[in-house]
Amino acid sequence: MAESLTLVQAVRDGLHDKMAEDDAVIVMGEDVGANGGVFRATEGLYDEFGEDRVIDTPLSESGIVGTAIGMAAYGLKPVPEIQFSGFMYPGFDQLISHAARLRNRSRGRFSAPLVLRAPMGGGIRAPELHSESKEAFYSHEPGLKVVIPSTPHDTKGLLIAAIDDPDPVVFLEPKKIYRSFREDVPDGTYEVPLGEAAVRREGADLSVFTWGAMTRPTLAAAETLADEIDLEVVDLRTLSPIDWDTIVESFKKTGRAAVVHEAPKTGGLGAEIAATIQEEALLYQEAPVERITGFDVQYPLYALEDYYLPEAARVEAGIREAFEF
Amino acid sequence: MAAGVPVPELLDRDPGDRIQVLDDDGSVREGATVPDLADDRLVELYRYMKLARRFDQRAVSLQRQGRMGTYPPLSGQEAAQIGSAFALGEEDWLVPSYREHGAALVKGLSLKQTLLYWMGNEQGNRVPEGSNLFTVSVPIATQIPHATGLAWASKLKDESETAFLVYFGDGATSEGDFHEGMNFAGVFDTPNVFFCNNNQWAISVPRERQTAAETLAQKAQAYGFRGVQVDGMDPLAVYAATEAAVEQAKSPDAEGPRPTMIEAVQYRFGAHTTADDPSVYRDEDEVERWKQKDPIPRLETFLLETGRLDEERIEAIEDDIEEQIATAIDEAESEPRPEPPEMFEYTYAEQTPRQAEQQDYLEAIRERFGDDAILED
Repeated sequence: MAESLTLVQAVRDGLHDKMAEDDAVIVMGEDVGANGGVFRATEGLYDEFGEDRVIDTPLSESGIVGTAIGMAAYGLKPVPEIQFSGFMYPGFDQLISHAARLRNRSRGRFSAPLVLRAPMGGGIRAPELHSESKEAFYSHEPGLKVVIPSTPHDTKGLLIAAIDDPDPVVFLEPKKIYRSFREDVPDGTYEVPLGEAAVRREGADLSVFTWGAMTRPTLAAAETLADEIDLEVVDLRTLSPIDWDTIVESFKKTGRAAVVHEAPKTGGLGAEIAATIQEEALLYQEAPVERITGFDVQYPLYALEDYYLPEAARVEAGIREAFEF
Repeated sequence: MAAGVPVPELLDRDPGDRIQVLDDDGSVREGATVPDLADDRLVELYRYMKLARRFDQRAVSLQRQGRMGTYPPLSGQEAAQIGSAFALGEEDWLVPSYREHGAALVKGLSLKQTLLYWMGNEQGNRVPEGSNLFTVSVPIATQIPHATGLAWASKLKDESETAFLVYFGDGATSEGDFHEGMNFAGVFDTPNVFFCNNNQWAISVPRERQTAAETLAQKAQAYGFRGVQVDGMDPLAVYAATEAAVEQAKSPDAEGPRPTMIEAVQYRFGAHTTADDPSVYRDEDEVERWKQKDPIPRLETFLLETGRLDEERIEAIEDDIEEQIATAIDEAESEPRPEPPEMFEYTYAEQTPRQAEQQDYLEAIRERFGDDAILED
């Protein structure tokens, strides 16, 4: 059995089915209870599972992440929500200084297997600090895993895999596509493994590596360009650890690559991908790896956000650049 | 509020009304109640305090001789550490900061492990299975929300026989995580004891620069639970206050809130760490004044005068302690350097492919150039 769900409904469905299966799973955060979350990602869970498992917390990001670490170390499986990823920073210290390090610091005696959910990314005409893509911050920290899904099916499966994972996972949800489209999502729990990329479109001429909300415009560009360039589109899905095998294998086939991400260019994951391609497949390389990214500026308020985001025109232009080199 | 278990009398007081049992000279204060501890437990309390002091002296000396890295001394704070740790049952959890080597020992972390940790070997921070002690936490105040979360999880699991005590200093009360951890504890009524080791100095910044509040204990009131001050250099007062707070934490049917904050007023005799020189920021007179309250002679006098201890026993204890510490130092110093691959072992439950590559790379470099080429003198 399957149900046609949006991405945000798939988050809710994943939480629901996992909570029904495992009493240790609890949801906590600001407005996640009776209100069902500002994006409705926890809708109905409070009524079904009660206030001890769907917990409205004080407005206190460090408190949310810090107490979730204690809960996780004591055998619960907390899934705290930060309302927007731009509000993560008060809890960033807890995430970096403790969640990521507890296993190592205690030489395996303790760990903090929590799943920190937060909506991320731009394109929804939001106020300041509601549109950033900061996956590189989290991916840079050993001890964390970082996931950004791009489809409803993957969202549910990756979220369940993240909850079952023994390490802390930052689960960033591209809110621009929370309700953009529907997809059949299986009933009950299933996992989409962390650390595995998905080849969304096979092609011979050029590999595009992308994730999250950029996946669909990239696939659209592939169709637009299909008569001229046969694109392979790889959705990384997990940004830490990255599925290097799939990236390198794809590149060896095509010899050309572009990376598309919303985050600023400098120090972004595109740089890591380009560097790895050079290390692993230099002799296959026929063109520089093109980075099609956000700019090195503060994410603008929405009057200018369409100029910031690497949308269709830049994606197409960048791909041509790499193809025609 | 429904009638329930009454709040322990000792906690039912103003935050500034300091709990004291012993005078500075070791005599029992008028009207004070000596906690109900068996004679041998009282002597054991004394022994642990002496051990912590002597260990501290030896550790500082090891650092001075270049046999150990930077180390945070505890002298002056033995009553606060051992007195509070003694009030915890085996089932209770202790969440330390980084200076509580004495309390950690009571909770089952060996002296050898404490030495190893400050000698840069992370095996020292691997708390033995079965010991309800959390790891050392270096950043200030960030362990407070962990303690709240641990206690909250215990409550959500319907346990009622476990309390969670967390240590932090006076400086920590200025951090956001003090507020956030205490606030969650108040809102969710968690079985916590927030134990503030107010040793007057956050490195070089004095207590009055942390807050304009008269006491630190009164801050608990803002979170809806009790805060009490205790003479942190009086082990009997510390024990009594902690025991009462632990009892309150373990009473789901208590009339009052389960969490309590204890401000243990004390003094750090030595430096913040061996990298610090306190003579730059505080007067020797001040140190001497506080030394009049030294917890060890106070307890010793009490035990001698009440016939629980004699000079012969003291000497035997001192010999025994000396040997115990010497053995721990020998063991720690003869522990081989950890094998470098250990670095890659505990980041994740399962190593990533890239970590495996990096580990192999390091091993290849070692093989090719030898460890001597890598290690600094």
